[in-house]
Amino acid sequence: MNTLITRSASDLATALGAGETTSVEITQAFLDRIAAVDADVHAFLHVDAEGALAAARDSDERRATGDIRSRLDGVPVAVKDVLATEGLPTTCGSKILEGWIPPYDATVVRRLRQAGLPILGKTNMDEFAMGSSTEHSAYGPTRNPWDLDRIPGGSGGGSAAAVAAFMAPLAIGTDTGGSIRQPGAVTGTVGVKPTYGGISRYGLVAMANSLDQAGPVTRTVLDAALLHEIVGGHDPLDSTSIDQPVPLVAESAYSGVTGDLAGLRVGVVAELGGEGYQAGVQQRFDEAVELLVKAGAEIVQVSCPNFVHALAAYYLIMPSEASSNLARFDAMRYGLRVLPEGVEAPSAEEVMRATRDAGFGDEVKRRIILGTYALSSGYYDAYYGQAQKVRTLISRDFERAFEQADVLVSPTAPTTAFRLGEKLDDPLAMYLNDIATIPANLAGVPGLSVPAGLAPEDDLPVGFQVLAPALADDRLYRVGAALETLLEQQWGGPLLDPDKLDKAVAR
Amino acid sequence: MPEITRDEVRHLADLARIDLDDAELDHLAPQLSVILESVASINEVAAEDIPPTSHPIPVTNVFREDVEVPCLTPEQALSGAPAVEDQRFAVPRILGDEQ
Repeated sequence: MNTLITRSASDLATALGAGETTSVEITQAFLDRIAAVDADVHAFLHVDAEGALAAARDSDERRATGDIRSRLDGVPVAVKDVLATEGLPTTCGSKILEGWIPPYDATVVRRLRQAGLPILGKTNMDEFAMGSSTEHSAYGPTRNPWDLDRIPGGSGGGSAAAVAAFMAPLAIGTDTGGSIRQPGAVTGTVGVKPTYGGISRYGLVAMANSLDQAGPVTRTVLDAALLHEIVGGHDPLDSTSIDQPVPLVAESAYSGVTGDLAGLRVGVVAELGGEGYQAGVQQRFDEAVELLVKAGAEIVQVSCPNFVHALAAYYLIMPSEASSNLARFDAMRYGLRVLPEGVEAPSAEEVMRATRDAGFGDEVKRRIILGTYALSSGYYDAYYGQAQKVRTLISRDFERAFEQADVLVSPTAPTTAFRLGEKLDDPLAMYLNDIATIPANLAGVPGLSVPAGLAPEDDLPVGFQVLAPALADDRLYRVGAALETLLEQQWGGPLLDPDKLDKAVAR
Repeated sequence: MPEITRDEVRHLADLARIDLDDAELDHLAPQLSVILESVASINEVAAEDIPPTSHPIPVTNVFREDVEVPCLTPEQALSGAPAVEDQRFAVPRILGDEQ
């Protein structure tokens, strides 16, 4: 194993700047690692070795002439398969888009390319980002690098597993109800969902457009901040994009590394912990809070009483929006077209029905039907209308809590990684994984998950969630970096270590 | 308590343009009832005077100058089409026999 792959993205950028290595060498090292372990992990749906090496050569040539495009120029990245990539397949983990090659780049992808980051490939995900385990991918599940019999979280399990297994130093994920943060928690990686509108959604295949948000997936908080800086910021092609400068995320990460949080008010959310949370998850969370106190933070207990209704509101709003967004997969302009069996000269509508039955998996069908129900006349006020009101109440809970505290904290997910198949046919049990992450999506506020250690009972990673007010993403990075520094001092190094992973990938 | 019957699921799938066979209906209908039951409590939470939120961050309509900007070529736009004819998307018949 080439030791380059264990270095952080920011370290690799420094090494590139010092002329110690080249982008081609780094990119090849990650491609070699993918070739060695991805047959076991299945984090990638598509690997673009040729394209990545071409971009790496280009980066090296530019660097030689002093044309350096960003702080991460030459450092490779993996992209969740829900973002359109010109010339590279984009499936969203669905059979309905099998073989589709978009004719344009998502803004996030365009910015990565412009900043000189070679794209290693596209990562696996639950179909159309619907799930918490990546088991709903039509192309087979991704496995957790810590234990290949367990889930890597979802929907962005591919991005998280790629980073955790050292197949990429950086990845892009998307988070509608926790799909960046929950995989981060269960794989021991860092994941950030920025403020809604902080990163362009142009070219991001929509599930629930009032909730979807792309963000960084990395091994360190600083790396996440550096990636956030590159892909964040206003985009005229996304009408919901925030027309303001990106918060000073990298500076905040650097200041957090000092481990000093004097004067910071940290709110522990009463509703996001305790009953329903695995003992070891709660223990590592409580210990992390103690560390924040030692770093000078003041702890306040806050209550957000309406958070108990967040899951219900989410599972009405999200399917409603999804049922509408997924109407575009109609077998007419792109994607799969299936002709119904035994029908002579079928109509467009018959083709549509047959295609959507063949092309969508169970979870997608469940959500489309649920959303269609919630939006039906006669049920609209009772379900979708009520859920929108609850959304208001949740935002008000956040507003009150942020009067008492600068950031809010909780465990990211109620449990560590569960076994593959364990919750696959019990949708409700699966949905409960998102209980602590969903409120942030409903209110549009930013959230980060940073590793808090391994749960004593199963030696699996636990995530610590930090939430901040809208547009104050910088606070996440300060607190995240401080906690990461203090914990790594205790552990004697990063939580993620190739030797600690499942023996099949620890080589 | 709300319950989605098998017939309702068939109707909803029809509205959503998805052909579900009997096995799928048997499988999905009870699951949907369980999910619906778990979200039904939402009815009792919010009072009349609470305004709904459709979008987490306040948004206003966005305009741009009415100038030509580059866009996809016809070849690019048609590149993923299941069927193409004369630089257009070729689709199955859109009218039924009776229309």
